Amino acid sequence: MMPCLLALGDGALTLEFGDRIDAGLNAQVMATRDALAALHLIGISDVVPTWRSLTVHFDPLQLDREQLAACLMQTADAPLQESALTTRWQIPVVFGGEFGPDLGAVARTTGHSEDAVVATLCGIDLRVFLIGFLPGFPYLGELPEWLHLPRQKTPRAAVPANSLAIAGAQAAIYPWVSPGGWHLLGRTPVRLFDLADAASPALFAPGDSLRITSISAAEYHRIAAAVAAGEIAPSHWRAP
Amino acid sequence: MIEVLAAPLPASIQDLGRPGYRHLGVPLSGALDAEWLALANALTGNPPATAGLEMRLMGPRLRFGNEVTLGLAGEFSAVIDDADGTRRRAANWRSHTLNAGDVLDLGPLRSGIGYLAVHGGFDVPNVLGSRSTYARASMGGLNGRTIAAGDRLNIRHDGSETPNPLRLPHAPPLDAGPIRLIAGPQHDYFTDAAWDSFVSGEYTVTRDADRMGLRLDGPILEHNAALGADIVSDAVAPGAIQVPGDGRPIVLLADCQTVGGYPKIATVIHADVRRLGHLLPGQKLRFTVVSIDEAIAARRCAAQALATCIGGILPVASEYNLDALYGANLIDGVIDAGTAY
Repeated sequence: MMPCLLALGDGALTLEFGDRIDAGLNAQVMATRDALAALHLIGISDVVPTWRSLTVHFDPLQLDREQLAACLMQTADAPLQESALTTRWQIPVVFGGEFGPDLGAVARTTGHSEDAVVATLCGIDLRVFLIGFLPGFPYLGELPEWLHLPRQKTPRAAVPANSLAIAGAQAAIYPWVSPGGWHLLGRTPVRLFDLADAASPALFAPGDSLRITSISAAEYHRIAAAVAAGEIAPSHWRAP
Repeated sequence: MIEVLAAPLPASIQDLGRPGYRHLGVPLSGALDAEWLALANALTGNPPATAGLEMRLMGPRLRFGNEVTLGLAGEFSAVIDDADGTRRRAANWRSHTLNAGDVLDLGPLRSGIGYLAVHGGFDVPNVLGSRSTYARASMGGLNGRTIAAGDRLNIRHDGSETPNPLRLPHAPPLDAGPIRLIAGPQHDYFTDAAWDSFVSGEYTVTRDADRMGLRLDGPILEHNAALGADIVSDAVAPGAIQVPGDGRPIVLLADCQTVGGYPKIATVIHADVRRLGHLLPGQKLRFTVVSIDEAIAARRCAAQALATCIGGILPVASEYNLDALYGANLIDGVIDAGTAY
């Protein structure tokens, strides 16, 4: 599929690389984002990379729409390169019980044990494909095919903050209380979005990767208290 | 300082929003109608991006701890109870200077939303470049939330002189025509019949209406069976109209999430997104399709119209002096008193 330009109103253009969840597409999105940033165009307010597209929010009275369109098509085949800015994280999660009320159902539906579900999630490198939906909310992927489940028919009115959830090929962690239709497997004591760090309030950035480690409820409470007391810096969660 | 005596409906501090953080999932936020916020600010001598109070349906009741000059943009039915016990109506589209002990009851709003600006602006922290409230993530505004009875709103004193009372000669009209839009990034996810009924049908705003968006009732929009009602999430923007599997469109507004997984049939043009913020549950609306060039021309036109409107702001002649002059029979028939308010 050739990249194509889509109008998101008169104030945004979306360069679409494909319509699938695909690490290759996402790498091209990131390369284009970096190449576009290097052009230093005036009149752009936001550049939003997703799994498979790059959206530029701009003011057409400041930046000519045709000029931006040409720049986007030009940068669409920017060479892929490993961004120097990506970080590897190690994130503790307590699974099941009140922290992950859907773990049992996910295990039953997929025909695996709860332990197998947990071991699988802790055994793969999850890539941060995009941050969106809510401040600091990471879309993570990709899950092995046997864990792909459709979203719940009736979304929960309030998913607890810091819940680890899965749906389809994706996993995510909710930084805020929110309605949500994903399957809740566990909860992390790590703070994913912190305004005290104004330079980079979101812990994760697109392109980062993370490993999940399973912790006990007691450890969860101990770490959560330390996080609340400001005793743990975000850099603590970088993988060694 | 202003004390909130009662806040029956959500009212929040907003400026022009928080651009530059959407890649981190932080919504744009900001005033639903940035033009009216700019007018409220202009009436108080503030720059257009100064944070003001945005109210929907009904304004709060406020008591003033010291002298404050404020501007009202919107169709309020506001009343001032002076500290000395007199009651007077507070006219819209002008500034008022209130004194310590005065109480302002902004009352019901006929314009859907309205803005109150105070000279100097509200003294709340700048969070990621904006003072706008984004309540879902407890961000910005007053402690990250809408105002409530008992709150105290401090005002920034930038040292500039209190302006003389100002007024707009006419309330700025809200266009009553169909809402203009352009075809959306996933308009091909819908059947031709769905597109036809979307652009020719009449929709009603439901009770699901807030700063995130408006859910509409009207012709059900059928998705193309081959493509379905889900997409791999991509970016959305205020004005985008997404249609989930039930076929009922949702128009996104300032606090909308940054990405979404429903197909977007159309996007309301920038110049008309502000009109959406004024719509109330039960109100009807229709859409009409325009080209991108028309949308950009409308944006330019709206910017010019706002500048003209601000340029037309006039000083308010003092009522007391006018009364004195009328009493002395000096200017009878010379000045149309009706334009003095």
